[in-house]
Amino acid sequence: MTKDELIEKLKGIIAPYIQDEAAFANLNEDTDFVKDLKINSANLVDIILDIEDEFDIRLENEDMEKMLDVKSAMAIVNAKLEA
Amino acid sequence: MNPEQIISLLPYQNPFLFVDGINQISEDGIKGHYTFKPDEFYYEGHFKNNPITPGVILTECMAQIGLVCLGIYLLRDKINSENQPQIALTSHQVDFYLPVLPGEKVAVTSEKEVFRFNKLKCTVKMLNEKGELVARGLISGMMKV
Repeated sequence: MTKDELIEKLKGIIAPYIQDEAAFANLNEDTDFVKDLKINSANLVDIILDIEDEFDIRLENEDMEKMLDVKSAMAIVNAKLEA
Repeated sequence: MNPEQIISLLPYQNPFLFVDGINQISEDGIKGHYTFKPDEFYYEGHFKNNPITPGVILTECMAQIGLVCLGIYLLRDKINSENQPQIALTSHQVDFYLPVLPGEKVAVTSEKEVFRFNKLKCTVKMLNEKGELVARGLISGMMKV
């Protein structure tokens, strides 16, 4: 999967939970889930669970703690897919 | 952890405690009950001369039994006098089918859908004393100690 394909997939997963439309329209690797998109903690868990389903991977607490922005989400998904 | 211990750990008290007892509890779900006292303050205003338990209060009762009591049970190994449960309601979607009148007793049953990364999501039902469905829905909250 290319970088752009992965970002597009993540965008589709994140879309239902975002609060800041403008930040979402400008989403890039540095976009922060909480600070930029204003996603709440419960919806952050929904995103994690949706990522698990989409990529058929299992995420742990330490992954959740690291998953603060698009870049770190991409890194974690890629690492799990390669494992 | 027994039902009395769970209720004593709830962060609510009169006039906003909506749990009288817990009949069953396991890793997968809970069943509890509550009787709405006829002299509750909200009956004076909801509705004028026609007291009916507000849907938000039914939802609160469903959340306190179905989510918070169950969550305390699920977190029982981590709870002690220094580490009390922290809770926040994060979403609910509830459909209502029948009114609940002052003095009615309701039973709430809840099934755990998911409890991961501190988020507890449950399908919750409320039945009246005749066993008729009063309300049902999906309630989620964050729970941690």
